[in-house]
Amino acid sequence: MGLFDYFSKKKPKSAQLAKERLQIIIAHERVNRTGPDYLPQMRRDIMSVINKYVPIDEDQVNVQFEKGDDCDILELNISLPEQAKAVRH
Amino acid sequence: MTSGKGGVGKTTSSAAFATGLALRGYKTAVIDFDVGLRNLDLIMGCERRVVYDFVNVINGEANLRQALIKDKRTDNLYILPASQTRDKDALTQEGVGKVLEDLKADSFDFIICDSPAGIERGAAMAMYYADDAVIVTNPEVSSVRDSDRILGLLQSRTQKAEQGGTIREHLLITRYNPERVESGDMLGLEDVLDILAVPLIGVIPESGGVLQASNSGNPVILDTESTAGQAYDDFVRRFLGETVPHRFLEVEKKGIFKRLFGG
Repeated sequence: MGLFDYFSKKKPKSAQLAKERLQIIIAHERVNRTGPDYLPQMRRDIMSVINKYVPIDEDQVNVQFEKGDDCDILELNISLPEQAKAVRH
Repeated sequence: MTSGKGGVGKTTSSAAFATGLALRGYKTAVIDFDVGLRNLDLIMGCERRVVYDFVNVINGEANLRQALIKDKRTDNLYILPASQTRDKDALTQEGVGKVLEDLKADSFDFIICDSPAGIERGAAMAMYYADDAVIVTNPEVSSVRDSDRILGLLQSRTQKAEQGGTIREHLLITRYNPERVESGDMLGLEDVLDILAVPLIGVIPESGGVLQASNSGNPVILDTESTAGQAYDDFVRRFLGETVPHRFLEVEKKGIFKRLFGG
């Protein structure tokens, strides 16, 4: 980085930062609010059941809720680790 | 009038909105839903005339006519103060619904429900029976996020939503400071609209007039000299269907010298 660059480099304006942060968090929160109230608890319960057999991270369970005309669709997507080791009991 | 976040100007806006509607000849009631933290009476300047309140009417301890305070400055304007009880369950859905029905039967044209902050009972009750929602937002991260949360509730936890309909949503941006927007330190109008995607009904500039108005107990819309008062008047006219251009969005030019010599 040259001397010229150093002086001309602008600090990002805080309002721009605010907008970017808001867009990310609000998009995330909108996804979560479309489903019924029991969804977060159900997600935790499913996690704990799976964890009895295969150790997985929370971000490997994807719960999608879609409202349809005739029926609502609950989609569960669980990716197991490549070398899933069963937990011994 | 709702927002999620506190301190963004719901009560100030409710007082201005109700007064503006009444000034145009509509019989208007403004109800304080903030049980335990009554403040609309102060902003409207009628705090010493409160005898009965909203909860008294719901509980049948007073009738509506006894509890409604007739505004002394503006015809057609009535205030229903909140109760100072600490009982959070004082507002029942049936009770609130009955009071609103009784007001309609008493030929009120508009009923402004001044919501408390938060998403608890008072806020839920203030929005439940609404036809229109004015979401009051400051150009600031926490206010914008909370407004989005409230939009979610308006779309699911209201009578209209439960019956498969929708509430008309209007965004009212308050405490707007064009200087700070220009310098990049405040979210601009377009930024907030991009994020929330709600039709804009008004932008109220940050103005000393708002504090002066609340100090003296006069709705700021009556201060026709102040920029905030004028912007609230524009907002009321837009709500009533007029096309009114937005004002006070740009940094004010500094005198004739600057105009002559540029700058």
